Amino acid sequence: MFYREAGDFKVSYQEDSQTFPIKFDRFRYYVVMAVAFGLIPFLINDYWANAILLPFLIYSIAAIGLNILVGYAGQVSLGTGGFMAVGAYACYKLMTAFPEVSMFIHVILAGGITGLVCVLFGLPSLRIKGFYLAVATLAAQFFLVWLFNRVPWFYNYSASGQINAPERDTFGIIITGPNASAWATYLFCLIFLTFCALVARNLTRGTVGRSWMAIRDMDIAAEIIGVNPLKSKLTAFAVSGFFIGVSGALFFAIYLGAVEVGEAFGITKSFLVLFMVIIGGLGSIFGSFAGAAFLVLLPVLLKVVGVDVLGWPTDIVAHFQLVIVGALIMFFLIVEPHGLAQLWRVAKEKLRLWPFPH
Amino acid sequence: MLDQSDSYVTEDGRTIGGVVMEMQNITLRFGGVVAIQDISFDIREGEIRAIIGPNGAGKSSMLNVISGFYIPQEGKVLFRGKERPPMRPYEVAQQGIARTFQNIALFEGMSVLDNVMTGRLNYMKTNMFQQAIWKGKAEKEETENREVVEKIIDFLEIQAIRKTPVSRLPYGLKKRVELARALAAEPKLLLLDEPMAGMNVEEKEDMSRFILDVNDEFGTTIALIEHDMGVVMDLSDRVVVMDYGKKIGDGTPDEVRNNQDVIDAYLGVSHD
Repeated sequence: MFYREAGDFKVSYQEDSQTFPIKFDRFRYYVVMAVAFGLIPFLINDYWANAILLPFLIYSIAAIGLNILVGYAGQVSLGTGGFMAVGAYACYKLMTAFPEVSMFIHVILAGGITGLVCVLFGLPSLRIKGFYLAVATLAAQFFLVWLFNRVPWFYNYSASGQINAPERDTFGIIITGPNASAWATYLFCLIFLTFCALVARNLTRGTVGRSWMAIRDMDIAAEIIGVNPLKSKLTAFAVSGFFIGVSGALFFAIYLGAVEVGEAFGITKSFLVLFMVIIGGLGSIFGSFAGAAFLVLLPVLLKVVGVDVLGWPTDIVAHFQLVIVGALIMFFLIVEPHGLAQLWRVAKEKLRLWPFPH
Repeated sequence: MLDQSDSYVTEDGRTIGGVVMEMQNITLRFGGVVAIQDISFDIREGEIRAIIGPNGAGKSSMLNVISGFYIPQEGKVLFRGKERPPMRPYEVAQQGIARTFQNIALFEGMSVLDNVMTGRLNYMKTNMFQQAIWKGKAEKEETENREVVEKIIDFLEIQAIRKTPVSRLPYGLKKRVELARALAAEPKLLLLDEPMAGMNVEEKEDMSRFILDVNDEFGTTIALIEHDMGVVMDLSDRVVVMDYGKKIGDGTPDEVRNNQDVIDAYLGVSHD
């Protein structure tokens, strides 16, 4: 009815290549942005921030980053946890070395450093692909975690081997440490997510994105058309590394506050983000959001249902969570291998014709 | 005999210029297998040059040598009078050589429009940071290139499917989209590897028309491999015939048709 293209004419190529070509989509996007920036900061409390919103925002950034690498450029990576750790430790070192500099700069620099590290570990992709590349990035995961555990310089020689986020502010508002208020941390992460999503969208709809996808779909043909595979693969690693580094820095500084590297950024983190990307939909920015939301919300939902509604003991619910999440992942992959984004696309196509399917 | 830089006018009134691409004594080996043995021929500006031969004759290998995918062990490739050093395929593409593939090599996950737009990659000059900002240079560049691409889409009559994912298209249309992608690069030399393989008569007629139109309207030099003799004889100005990696004939369709070696290769020869 209201969701359709009829009558929504495009008169220029700019209009045709915009992010939300359909008017209703565009409107919905503005509403979401208005609610996210204008309404939620006033309603938020610590529970909502820590249980749902912060992890959602941060994992979304990580998922977008990994989606660029796996979904758009077709380079499988299992090193996400390790690269997030690079972001976290880079941020920590910067925070402690330059306490007076704004957190914005620290987080962006941490992303940049991770991008460089990611390019370094992406070099094997020029020679190997598929499973073999996955194993090479797995090496990155284990090496980086080992490095941050074993070299005391990274954790400033603290006795526990942990890193703790000291209290830092940006524009006079405290955003790290125990005194940070929920709305400030939320807004800080939201700004980064918005920035990352916009950049990802702009890159993927233009030349850079097309050369990534060309390499993904058929690397030989891509090279004969004029895609430089070296440049294209390494930019994918760099951009992906930047996003993952930003998310790692936020995960440590804003969300957790204190980090033990093997626990927070272990191999399970790599798989978690990879699941988000696969469930959400490879090669879709929206899918990254959907996948992150799904895997962040589902455990919370199951906990609420299990503990609060059904009154089961917490440990049983915790174990059931694993079983149910695992089963749901399998179910999703069988029913819709292209993820939530594809379900959404199909639903939209149906809606366009509804209620007159012919 | 024509000289390197001579030009002449064909019967149907097209002007064929001097030599653009010259292959000199090309030999290509894979281990002990000799795929191409000491072959020389040239391609003139504005002509349609066909390479024919039975299966396994080395035609596709020849095309791969031209497009830089294989580097021959011996011999020289001269492009526009200059010897071409061994280079990567994307560098060859930047020189203005585009090609299509025997088995369609489109980017299945992308829409038709995006596939054709990738053909414009060599014209895209904005860097990644400008792309990330999008507004301004990147958007302007995208729009300009989109206009060129839309002209090609119009030309090949694939307007209706421009937003369709390539994986949903039937075979004949995919071939056409692949031609569109190659044309989007505005190549000086267009290589077509069996553009009509697996098509029915009607689709072959369409494709032939497009090939002639491309040659006529854009003045593109075309080198093509094709098995359908009727098509080859109708379309091409000159034909190279290969068999077992050797050149057995070279000339106008009529000359080739009456060449005894060619007849032997195609019809077989009695050994008595």
